[in-house]
Amino acid sequence: MKQYKNIIKGFGALVGIMLSQSAMAQIGAPFIHDPSTIVECDGKYYTFGTGGGGLISEDGWTWNSGAQRPGGGAAPDALKIGDRYLIAYSATGGGLGGGHAGRVLTMWNKTLDPESPDFKFTEAIEVAKSIQDEDCDAIDAGLLLDPTTGKLWLTYGTYFGHIRLVELDPKTGERVKGNKAKNVAIDCEASTMMYKDGWYYLLGTHGTCCDGGNSTYNIVCGRSKKVTGPFIDNVGRDMMEGGGRMVIAGSGRTWGAGHFGRYVVADGIEKMSLHWEADLDQGGRSVLAIRPIIWKNGWPIGGELFKEGTYEIESERRGYSLELVVDFVRMNRGGGMFGGGGFGGFGGAQRPANAQGGAQRPANAQGGQAPAGGFPGFGAGAPGAGAPQGAQRPANAQGAPGAGAPAGGMGGFGGFGGMGGFGGGAAGGQAQRPAQQAAPQAQPSQTLADVIQDWPKDEIRVRMADYMGRPHQRWTITAVPEAGGYLGGPYYKIIIAGTNRALAATADKDVTSVPRFTGAPEQLWRIDQCTDGTYRIMPKAVPGTDEELVLMSAGDCTPTLGKWDFSSDNCKWNFKDMSKDITVR
Amino acid sequence: MKLNKKALLAFAVASLCGMSAHAALGPGDGDKDDLTKENVQPTLADFFSPVSKNVAKPDAKGFIRRWLLLEPIDKPNRSNTVFTDSYIRENFGQQYFPGQFTDIPTDGKTERVGEQELKWHAFDATRFNVKLFRFASGLEKQVYGVLFWAVTIIDCPEDMPNVRLAVGSNSASMWWLNGEEAVILSGDRRMVVDDVMSGRLNLKKGKNVLRGAVINGPGMSDFCVRFVKENGEPVTNVSVTLSK
Repeated sequence: MKQYKNIIKGFGALVGIMLSQSAMAQIGAPFIHDPSTIVECDGKYYTFGTGGGGLISEDGWTWNSGAQRPGGGAAPDALKIGDRYLIAYSATGGGLGGGHAGRVLTMWNKTLDPESPDFKFTEAIEVAKSIQDEDCDAIDAGLLLDPTTGKLWLTYGTYFGHIRLVELDPKTGERVKGNKAKNVAIDCEASTMMYKDGWYYLLGTHGTCCDGGNSTYNIVCGRSKKVTGPFIDNVGRDMMEGGGRMVIAGSGRTWGAGHFGRYVVADGIEKMSLHWEADLDQGGRSVLAIRPIIWKNGWPIGGELFKEGTYEIESERRGYSLELVVDFVRMNRGGGMFGGGGFGGFGGAQRPANAQGGAQRPANAQGGQAPAGGFPGFGAGAPGAGAPQGAQRPANAQGAPGAGAPAGGMGGFGGFGGMGGFGGGAAGGQAQRPAQQAAPQAQPSQTLADVIQDWPKDEIRVRMADYMGRPHQRWTITAVPEAGGYLGGPYYKIIIAGTNRALAATADKDVTSVPRFTGAPEQLWRIDQCTDGTYRIMPKAVPGTDEELVLMSAGDCTPTLGKWDFSSDNCKWNFKDMSKDITVR
Repeated sequence: MKLNKKALLAFAVASLCGMSAHAALGPGDGDKDDLTKENVQPTLADFFSPVSKNVAKPDAKGFIRRWLLLEPIDKPNRSNTVFTDSYIRENFGQQYFPGQFTDIPTDGKTERVGEQELKWHAFDATRFNVKLFRFASGLEKQVYGVLFWAVTIIDCPEDMPNVRLAVGSNSASMWWLNGEEAVILSGDRRMVVDDVMSGRLNLKKGKNVLRGAVINGPGMSDFCVRFVKENGEPVTNVSVTLSK
């Protein structure tokens, strides 16, 4: 509701006291309302807000006031066209309870850097207006340069009536002569458009504005094959009927999502800018937010900022997990498939207790780690369920260790070429467990202390392999505040959980782990969620080169660094939260 | 209150031109492009026409356009955030005028609500949504801090079990079918097609009375109402009348 916009006029120019800020929010003083689409100019990022000012960031993560825009008014948008910047804004006092006579104005500048000698806005010109009582409120400008035609479009409007679309001249910023406005939506404000894969998307903000932590502001969209609409939502509703598919809404400690803007970082890496009406961690103030855009079935949705935690880092290529190159240390076998604790001896040294059939096992497979408590009657009688080759089992299969077999007692099974002989009699399985046997006990996960003493103390290379929840596969990822950031996130360190051993890029364009995190650029990682929901992992710097390289799979098990290619799964990763993986119930 | 002569003149012209016939149009059927009149003040005739003598049907998408609308009751609210469920029930549950939940008003009938003398108007909406804001502004009545009452009658050729009443309203509203509460829309809402659906209802053979109340503080009041079948298709094979 725009009647509150005067209240927050000048908001963007305020420099607030730094409050405690989590890694979930832009840092600095990112206080703004109605931010314009983020624009990059000479290596810095800019966004303008309601009032007269705006924010500047050198890295896309730390934002402070300093951007300058004359004219005051409400809710500007910004767009780079050629080597100039076009700003559209509204000179109005709009509001549902107040006046609705508004004017949308455009003006140009060669630079957005107020320190530049070239910083000078052209005189603003009117491109659209609303009179006091028509069904439109000419504020909240949104710009789209159609990549397919080169035409320039402007949407504007609020809850008071319609969102309207008009065409501007991309050379002058003026309204195209004779152009007639077209109503394209109702019941929203802060509209803008974007184009992707043959679709034009109209975005608008629904819900209640300007009510702090009670604001229900949320961003929705519809799409059309034509730039002029109709813009239809995911259930077939026209945005002229109030339709709209949710793009992003409040969550956690941030509430009231409004004023969408899109920024394409690279192929497959897109961000949205918006404001939260209230960030409860920053005094409930309105702040700038930058979130990944994920495209799901042709619809944009808000991704999440990467959350610190302990993860499996899994390749999209094969699903294998990034790990240190150290010996796999076996765990106690546990009950395995049949619950009795005697099965694990089948496995090769690198296999889990219930891995593939024994037919592929070497005859001398070690069973040394089998716990006491082998299955009673084990091996005597008919083959157990699932014994693929049990019928061919040699006669000496009988007499396998039974209950209380010492460790290694099942080793002799390895040569049987099958899982036969398990049955323990016709009934087989757990039916044979003595009534007095205790219920299965929780088995602890392997801990770092169990294995770290055998790890090399210096550099340890990394690879990918089956994820088994082992300490050399669990990575703790935390922000490094002093390292700055990038558009939408801080740099992170990626270390083996419980250690200071850090993932690092190398001068030969590979990755390794170094024994101690030092904060060096090659140990800092940028993590961007891709438009398909996977992640791009990218070192801040690679020693000896200025190339921008990303972590990628050279083979299923071999990580390296290479050029970003969104079309290749080699370049994509997933994070699986393993924070609970070490919990012993 | 002095009437807006210009609006009434346009309204009369539109009526003579036969705009009142239900053209079975919905959004997307061609009526929305006509709305884009830059820098022109809307008139009552842009949104409503007097009830025609034609038998009214829902439009192609099932939206009910023929209504009896009471001029807005003064109900000041500076913000729509107060429209909680309990607020809605309490404020819609009280009696503002006699026969509020039982009578079928007639066009031109007046009601005394406190100090206000309010008139019922029989209108056909020119669009799928009933633009109460323009109903009020076109009659030079207050547009903010208001409570509207609306009544219509659905005449069914047969029993229609398991239909739902689909409502969108700006802002909160409450609806009753044949005297029973059907659906409530609380909170600071915008009008969205099929925003809230009732539970499964039965439209009986013959006449079914549908009443609604819409409240707004600083918003642009309107509503859209239709019945939909179990499979989501709109109910269109009924008549809409304003007489019992």
